[in-house]
Amino acid sequence: MYKLLLCVRYLRTKYIALACIISVMLGVATMIVVNSVMAGFATEMRDRLHNFLADIVIESRSMDGIANSKAQMEVVRNAVGDYVEAMTPTVEIPGMITFTDPFSGAPITTLVQIHGIDPEGKALVGPLAGYLDSYNAIIEEGQVIRPPLRSADEPLGWELTTEAAAYREMILREKQQFLPQQSTIPAASTPAATAPTFDETGAPGAIAGAEGTSTLPNIPPDQFAEDVPEDPFGAQMPEGLESPDNGPLRARLYLGEGIVSFQVRDPDTGRMEKMMMVNPGDDVILSTMTSGRPPEVVKFSATVVDTFRSGMNEFDTSIVLMNIDELQRNRGMIAEGVDHITSIHIRLKNYDDAKEVVSRLKAAFPPGQVNIRTWEDKQGLLLAAVEVETAILNVLLFMIIAVAGFGILAIFYMIVVEKTRDIGILKSLGASSTGVMSIFLSYGLGLGIVGSSAGVGLGLLFVTYINEIEDILSWITGRKVFDEKIYYFMEIPTRVSPWMVFFVAAGAISIAVLASVLPALRASRLHPVRALRYE
Amino acid sequence: MAETLKMTTPLIAAEAISKSYIKGSHDVPVLRGAGLRANRGEFISVVGQSGSGKSTLLHVMGLLDAPDIGEVLLQGQRIDNLNQKARDQLRNHVFGFIFQFYHLLPELSLLENVMTPLMIRYSLMGYWKRRREIRESALSMLKQVGLEHRIRHRPSELSGGEMQRGAIARALVGRPEILLADEPTGNLDSGTGGEIMDLLKSLNEENQLTIIMVTHDESIAAQAHRIVRLTQGRIQTIAHEEAA
Repeated sequence: MYKLLLCVRYLRTKYIALACIISVMLGVATMIVVNSVMAGFATEMRDRLHNFLADIVIESRSMDGIANSKAQMEVVRNAVGDYVEAMTPTVEIPGMITFTDPFSGAPITTLVQIHGIDPEGKALVGPLAGYLDSYNAIIEEGQVIRPPLRSADEPLGWELTTEAAAYREMILREKQQFLPQQSTIPAASTPAATAPTFDETGAPGAIAGAEGTSTLPNIPPDQFAEDVPEDPFGAQMPEGLESPDNGPLRARLYLGEGIVSFQVRDPDTGRMEKMMMVNPGDDVILSTMTSGRPPEVVKFSATVVDTFRSGMNEFDTSIVLMNIDELQRNRGMIAEGVDHITSIHIRLKNYDDAKEVVSRLKAAFPPGQVNIRTWEDKQGLLLAAVEVETAILNVLLFMIIAVAGFGILAIFYMIVVEKTRDIGILKSLGASSTGVMSIFLSYGLGLGIVGSSAGVGLGLLFVTYINEIEDILSWITGRKVFDEKIYYFMEIPTRVSPWMVFFVAAGAISIAVLASVLPALRASRLHPVRALRYE
Repeated sequence: MAETLKMTTPLIAAEAISKSYIKGSHDVPVLRGAGLRANRGEFISVVGQSGSGKSTLLHVMGLLDAPDIGEVLLQGQRIDNLNQKARDQLRNHVFGFIFQFYHLLPELSLLENVMTPLMIRYSLMGYWKRRREIRESALSMLKQVGLEHRIRHRPSELSGGEMQRGAIARALVGRPEILLADEPTGNLDSGTGGEIMDLLKSLNEENQLTIIMVTHDESIAAQAHRIVRLTQGRIQTIAHEEAA
């Protein structure tokens, strides 16, 4: 009992102990804040990666793909049908996109990943609609600048929005008025010959030459389609230019926003503005390769239907989503009525079954043909990097608490020296060595508990109000501490895991107790007579 | 009275105690075969110059220190070689200590200071069951030493005499058989010292408390039944005096 009484009294009367409590508190609060923010970022990133990638991806090892998407999906359904929520065939192929920078007029060509998808199927394996520009309102500073162009219940498709169609109409009309004065193309040529995509290549002469030397009759695209892979010019000439009217081309795209936009700081307001170089309704040129042996270059024009922003920079600056049938047709992946695909994206009913499903699928498919991975395996390096980062940060932060531990050690030693005579008194009154030791051990425990609880409180408070704190910091320093444009987050994401809080607090308490062991041992070993004589 | 006491075993006896301290590289002998026997109800003064070993003898008898040679007997039973736990318990149950500098715990109130030996005696549960009883005995002890009006005060708020009376109350709250007093008046003026001596004498008479008191003040020592003189670690003379 005297142990408890003295321990509480020492806690209350020794203000030096406050230093220990504060150091433990700060250490605990820092660890909780940093861990919550790191976990928030990691969770958000995982969610975005996961959403874009679907749960399990079956990829063919060859870019030529595997034959017959329906049959392959039947294999999946037979093997793991009970686990599967939805799946969709996909063609993934590297390529290049060429478009004109409207500000300088220069053509820009950049490397992209072209994903041929069925938008409705893709939407079933991941929240695609949420990423598309036309389904989202544009909000700046809390004000709706533009409401969503499509209602949320409108199914995903490749149709232009009314706005984009009007824009396309306007652009084409402008160019038709402008071009004949410059170009040598006779006025008699079809409007398609002066199509905007052609203009965007920046080399009108080339296509005029191609047109001139072409022996192909001006056939409608529908009939043209089957001939493309065999056509010697099909590989060189952007196809789709022959569109008889001003309507959108057959190849339609959702472009990653980062591919066709850049950030500019507005010199007046100092805010970052997003500049779009290509808008829905514009045409661009895609180049990729056929699935023949050897692969040959194939180029075609496509109309941009929408832009998307998944929040993963890596995806938003490199992925072009395209209608799968057009991609298959242009790459010659449809032979004798049998289509080829490069991958199948699968969403599971319960992601916990992923390991089981992967192993079953591996047994179902011939081993050399496909690669079956979960999204985590696919992004393994990135996820591992985040995990390593978090682990290292935790080790470093734990050092802070360890430093606090040494502070406790030093201060406790001091208190033991100061209390030497009292220890002698207690021993003369019959207190045992273990009793004296437990005073100081429970003192350390009490200190750790008080410090940790205060730290947990402070940390959770900080995490809860982190965005308000960020605002204040921005206001004080005059510059944005957390620029949402850089991180793609509207606010700082946080995630508080109860276990993390528990382990941090428990760790801090055990460090406080460990730090008090040495002083407690010293106290218990004091010789009562020498302790009593101590002045 | 002396005859009847001789028939029985002394309550506490230190037999041929030798004790030396290591100071630097050499041993400094403090006690060289000193012995002391006290019967129940006796009030003994131990006098001697500074460094004569009188405090050390007291500490050895009270099991605060172990003798190099010799033994301490409690009612004929050797107690200096008992294990740590048993010695702790004997200190708590059998001995009460008071010191020159009172040695009250500064963080606790006077009442809590007096309750401390009983808190040490019982476990947390045991204390909880007896908490009223313990508080009562501490209060009655404080009343006996005339401090019932100062129970909430911290030691720093008390005068020297009050602190020493509080220390006596603390030493006696556990109903010990032997009170070991180390210069109890050494830090007090003669008036207050006299009050403390009166208190000790009345406790000795009323409760048959055995008191062994170390002092260098001959007039204080003279108030005991018996004076033991220590010179250079040996008992020199034993002066008998009649109790008042």
